[in-house]
Amino acid sequence: MVDAIPRFHEHSPFFIVPLFYTLHRPQTVSASSSHKPIAGLLAALIFLGAANSPAPAPNDEKRISVYSAVATYTLPVVDRNGHEYIGLLEMLEPLGRVSARADGRHWKLQFNSIDSDFVAGKTRAKIRGRDWDLPGPFLIESSRGLVPVNSLSTLLPRFLGSPVNFHESARRLFLGDVAVQVTTRLDSANPSRLVLDFSAPVNPTIATEPGKLRMVFVRDPLMPPGNQPLSFNDQTITQANYAESNGAAELTISATVPLLATFTNGGRTITVGPTPQETTGGTPAAGVAPGGTPGTSATLPPASPRFIAIVDPAHGGDELGSSLSDTVLEKNVDLGFGRLLRHELETRGISTILLRDNDSRIPLNQRADAANGVHVGVYLSLHASSQGTGVRIFTSLLPLAGETKGVFRPWNVAQAPALGASQTLAATILSELQKHQFPAQGSRASVGPLNHVLLPAIAIELAPPKGNAIEQLASANYQQRIASVIADAVAAQRDRPGAQP
Amino acid sequence: MIPRPLGIAVAVMLVTVFSMGIYVGRMRRQAADLPIDTRPVAPPPSGPTETVTLYVADDALGAVRPRPATIPLPGGRQQRAEELLRALLAIYQQRNSPHPLSAAADIRSFYLVDPGAAVIDLNAAFADQHPSGIQQEQLTVNSLVQTLAVNVPGINRVRILVEGKTRETLAGHADLTEFFDVSAVNQAVSGQ
Repeated sequence: MVDAIPRFHEHSPFFIVPLFYTLHRPQTVSASSSHKPIAGLLAALIFLGAANSPAPAPNDEKRISVYSAVATYTLPVVDRNGHEYIGLLEMLEPLGRVSARADGRHWKLQFNSIDSDFVAGKTRAKIRGRDWDLPGPFLIESSRGLVPVNSLSTLLPRFLGSPVNFHESARRLFLGDVAVQVTTRLDSANPSRLVLDFSAPVNPTIATEPGKLRMVFVRDPLMPPGNQPLSFNDQTITQANYAESNGAAELTISATVPLLATFTNGGRTITVGPTPQETTGGTPAAGVAPGGTPGTSATLPPASPRFIAIVDPAHGGDELGSSLSDTVLEKNVDLGFGRLLRHELETRGISTILLRDNDSRIPLNQRADAANGVHVGVYLSLHASSQGTGVRIFTSLLPLAGETKGVFRPWNVAQAPALGASQTLAATILSELQKHQFPAQGSRASVGPLNHVLLPAIAIELAPPKGNAIEQLASANYQQRIASVIADAVAAQRDRPGAQP
Repeated sequence: MIPRPLGIAVAVMLVTVFSMGIYVGRMRRQAADLPIDTRPVAPPPSGPTETVTLYVADDALGAVRPRPATIPLPGGRQQRAEELLRALLAIYQQRNSPHPLSAAADIRSFYLVDPGAAVIDLNAAFADQHPSGIQQEQLTVNSLVQTLAVNVPGINRVRILVEGKTRETLAGHADLTEFFDVSAVNQAVSGQ
């Protein structure tokens, strides 16, 4: 799972892409002997590439996880004056139409049709025309409005109109009926296995250490099991513990032997048992197998950690995209759809980077540059339109190529070697969409930044369902169904041999 | 002494004349407020009529389709290309067009530069009032490029400018910063 949102540096992007582009990635910095004549040049590229690559977020960064039917997301938490604070605009942004402006010491926020007014340094705020007290003073920093984290359980219902379930000490916030429940049962066969059944597909990060297997759920709204710790009268698997902190839930299985986790039932069941080597007296080992197929119980090979889906909601900031209606902007639909698609992809064990996770404008060259930092995967540019119906998939319409000089390929046709794989991906998605009765059409278009991306790359333009109004286009239900189909197709592309250029 | 009926008749006539004066004054003010179309009026094309194939975008189909048209075409390649583009634009500006474009949209000029290179210069209204969306913008590009490529021999790349300058996109999506490869557009149109 990729939690870090890429951070972009302000230097100008490359306008020429080296053919040996993988060499400027930090993890592959050794040049082979065949590249010696250009070693000096590559060294410079390595340096620049390292400076240009996404920086991972530190693991100890305080964060809050928000789970809702519309989006699942994490936000950073900052400490101010002995309180934990969070950006209110960032908190509400994925949940509806929101805008805010700082006016002197006042910070006015509108969420859907609800107006509110906060004052820097004051605890008194006005929401829906009524006074309301925060547990700590409101802060304004660089035009961002910050509220105490411990205000969320009472503050958010005033905007959302429904109660929320906030695990404050763990900073996990549940909006609506999204919780995932887990039940456990010990299969005392020889060897013993612990079967964990979840009420929805899950995609935890799994780590092992001698005698323990830990599953960390950041993006899954997992709730604690009824009784815990769960002790088992078994010589192999002895205990299961649930804990949650810093926006994540953790299940720890204790055993007397090394453990292996396998996923089945579309990610709804995780079976934990001794590693096969241990049961036959071999060398202890441990593994993870996310993305299992329904009905299988055999241990599956781990998904390739290097396959990454780059999900890129188009537009953002002052670049609005199309005005889909008087109230619906394309940039917001793109972002909501991107978040849903990320969730669907991660549910299928595909590491996903969402290039834009807020209302910011990212230049096209920076988007391509971020995608080109990934060696194996796919790039999905997301758009929306009020015209037509269903889904349209576009591959690159390459312009006339510039001159290729030595190892360098012109920036404007960087996509050329991957175009075949892009068309295969587009055809797979179209086939899946048509199989699920969605109107779908494929074509080629000169839309940025497809031409500059080295990965298989497509643009997806979402239009309203047949015969429905524009509001349906913005509905989470419609977008969720399409995201699910697209994620299936991407998973098929990942598993297809030779699908990468 | 003026007879009473005559007085009433004169009064009615005066009121009528006064009301008409106010009404005419208001109409003149409204006429003055209407925008004046300052676009130069192109001379009517001269030369024999010719049957050509225009490639017309259709939003409902999501495709560009060939449509025969008989239009007067001058002899020179440049003038011929301009007339083709204007004939195409006229279709898009009709009522019930399959791919409606603004009535203010216009082709400012057309140039043949290097051998094989053509430049279409659109006016600002063409781009500013163009519907936004990948499909709609690309259909416009494909329609312009394919119509030129089929009817004006020797063009293998086309660049689209707006008011004589490079513009990043037509209406937020279609990339206008590069020359369009006529053969690539032809493949895209054929594949629809």
